[in-house]
Amino acid sequence: MKRDTFTPNLAARNAKGARWRLAFLAATAFSVLFLASLIASIVNQSFGYVVMTAEVDPATLQNDGVPLEKQDEATLAGTIRGNVSRRLFVKLDAERSLASRSREELLEIIVAEIVQPTVRRTWTLAQSLFDADAIRGQVAEEYPDGNLSFRSWVNAGLFANPQSSVATAAGIRGAIIGSLATLLLTLLVAFPLGVGAAIYLQEYAKDNAINRIIETNIYNLAGVPSIIYGMLGLAIFVRALEPLTSGAIFRAAAAEGANGRTILSASLTLALLILPIVIINAQEALRAIPDSLRQSSLAVGATKWQTIRHHVLPAAADRILTGTVLAVSRALGETAPLVVVGASTFLTQDPAGPFSKFTTLPIQIYQWTARPQAEFRNLAAAAILVLLVLGLSLNAAAIIARNRFRREKRLGR
Amino acid sequence: MNIFSRKGDDNPFEVPTDDDSPAALDVRGLTITYGDGFKAVKDLTMTFPKRSVTAIIGPSGCGKSTALRAFNRMNELISGTRTEGEVLFHGVDAYAPEVDPVHVRRWIGMVFQKPNPFPKSIHENVAWGARINGYEGDMDALVESSLRQVALWDEVKDKLKQSAYALSGGQQQRLCIARTIAVRPEIILMDEPTSALDPISTSKIEDLLDELKKKYTIIIVTHNMQQAGRISDSTAFLLTGDLVEYAPTKDLFFNPRDERTESYISGRFG
Repeated sequence: MKRDTFTPNLAARNAKGARWRLAFLAATAFSVLFLASLIASIVNQSFGYVVMTAEVDPATLQNDGVPLEKQDEATLAGTIRGNVSRRLFVKLDAERSLASRSREELLEIIVAEIVQPTVRRTWTLAQSLFDADAIRGQVAEEYPDGNLSFRSWVNAGLFANPQSSVATAAGIRGAIIGSLATLLLTLLVAFPLGVGAAIYLQEYAKDNAINRIIETNIYNLAGVPSIIYGMLGLAIFVRALEPLTSGAIFRAAAAEGANGRTILSASLTLALLILPIVIINAQEALRAIPDSLRQSSLAVGATKWQTIRHHVLPAAADRILTGTVLAVSRALGETAPLVVVGASTFLTQDPAGPFSKFTTLPIQIYQWTARPQAEFRNLAAAAILVLLVLGLSLNAAAIIARNRFRREKRLGR
Repeated sequence: MNIFSRKGDDNPFEVPTDDDSPAALDVRGLTITYGDGFKAVKDLTMTFPKRSVTAIIGPSGCGKSTALRAFNRMNELISGTRTEGEVLFHGVDAYAPEVDPVHVRRWIGMVFQKPNPFPKSIHENVAWGARINGYEGDMDALVESSLRQVALWDEVKDKLKQSAYALSGGQQQRLCIARTIAVRPEIILMDEPTSALDPISTSKIEDLLDELKKKYTIIIVTHNMQQAGRISDSTAFLLTGDLVEYAPTKDLFFNPRDERTESYISGRFG
């Protein structure tokens, strides 16, 4: 009789395990590859050679041998008077007298109106690094009077300058301010509402049909495409509540006449958009708190609210915080609903308050990528880098805050 | 006066003394039904004498924990639970509509199966319940006396500001008892308080009960018959929701009147 009735078959079982492990590793590798190629393509676009031509060579704007950069305000004003048309000079002087303008402003005018640099062609970082000689040859041939330089599209000007139709002068200052202001207002609305609703649903609401329907619908709302929220925001906040969102009832309407297409409308729309996510995350956080904690509090004669306030919320705070930041990160990247709500695509002025017209980083990026000129795609790539860093620092801040909460809790588990 | 419905009372820490009844708790016809229709406790009627230890024993699922948790209305936290009958405390039904369960739990405290201190400091664990119940005396003194009563003071007096989670399981459970008595309840319900502890911690808590029963009425649920025999003055045996036998502990263990009791304590089932 055969002695061994078990067939351990270990080699085959192990081989099967190894195949699965390989499959999981491949999945991870693909994800990393996709992310890496995304970053690489953005970085590739954000830096590289640029060839520029100027209407007037700045070197010819010397005055008695003093180069442009070393001239004082009066000489610069004289240079402007001598090099622009009479009409333009009168117009500039009428806007604000040249004598009262700073050196930087005067230099800016000289660059924009006299030198008028134009980007003729841009190259990617990869081309610039590995093909520099060919680029130089090409430039010498095609743009003999062109000025070839290596340009980082992420530079101080990007952060300092407002939107502009000249790529080298365009920046994202207004967009960053708009994004941050919108996020702040969104948070102020969505956080208390979301956490409040989560507390009610998780701690107070009875487990009955009505509450289950409400809960299911909130979960479904989290999956509604964001553009639908944009339409809702357009109908409610921009149109129906215009007196409120334009600031008219506060006599604070912006001078430029935003008609409800304001930072406030955008924030309320985004708040609506992330509200289900905040509720769900906060509810999960509360659900994760063991009932034994609630019972121990109730057993010493605490009321329900004392139990929630002193035990449940502090214990859930770190998770609620993390969930909220995840939701806010989503709001940071949202574009579609803001387009519908009426984001301004070309805003040269910084938003002055909640009733100002607005633009945000994703809107600006979207607008730049849609332009025909190639150099705006480099600009868009630089703005995407900024958006990514902004999102990352938001998450990093949340992690730091969460760890601090955890330490305070000092849970022995 | 209704002890449960005193609102804005001058001294919420006053333990009623105007009651000569020997019973701390008088349970009449208590029936508890879960949401799915399962009757966990059927028509339970029993009286718990003051300042003594009463043990409730029985096999798993006999309804002993459910009954215990009904005594201070912790059961109603489980949605769908229906409770009928009366739980009389100083002559007032804890389930009367005008009674706030918060008041019930303030006078009838509870210690749970698994130690569940608050995720706060040792000091705060003891002080919190007293503070929210309006204690206005010397808090440090209250914390010290409560910790002394559970024989924990000497072990923790130098680390009162540390997290309660740093303590061992047995210490945590004694802290939970201290937390309960800091509110000065009249009755302490204990739901298998030692089942998650090692034998040494268990014996420490058993020793405590002898001291505690001088001041408090203790009702303890245990599935450990030896423990019931060691610590209790009287014992009730529950089986599938029915009270089979309730007698002084010695009588129940040595002269059980019901043969089901005898089978259980002789280890034939459970």
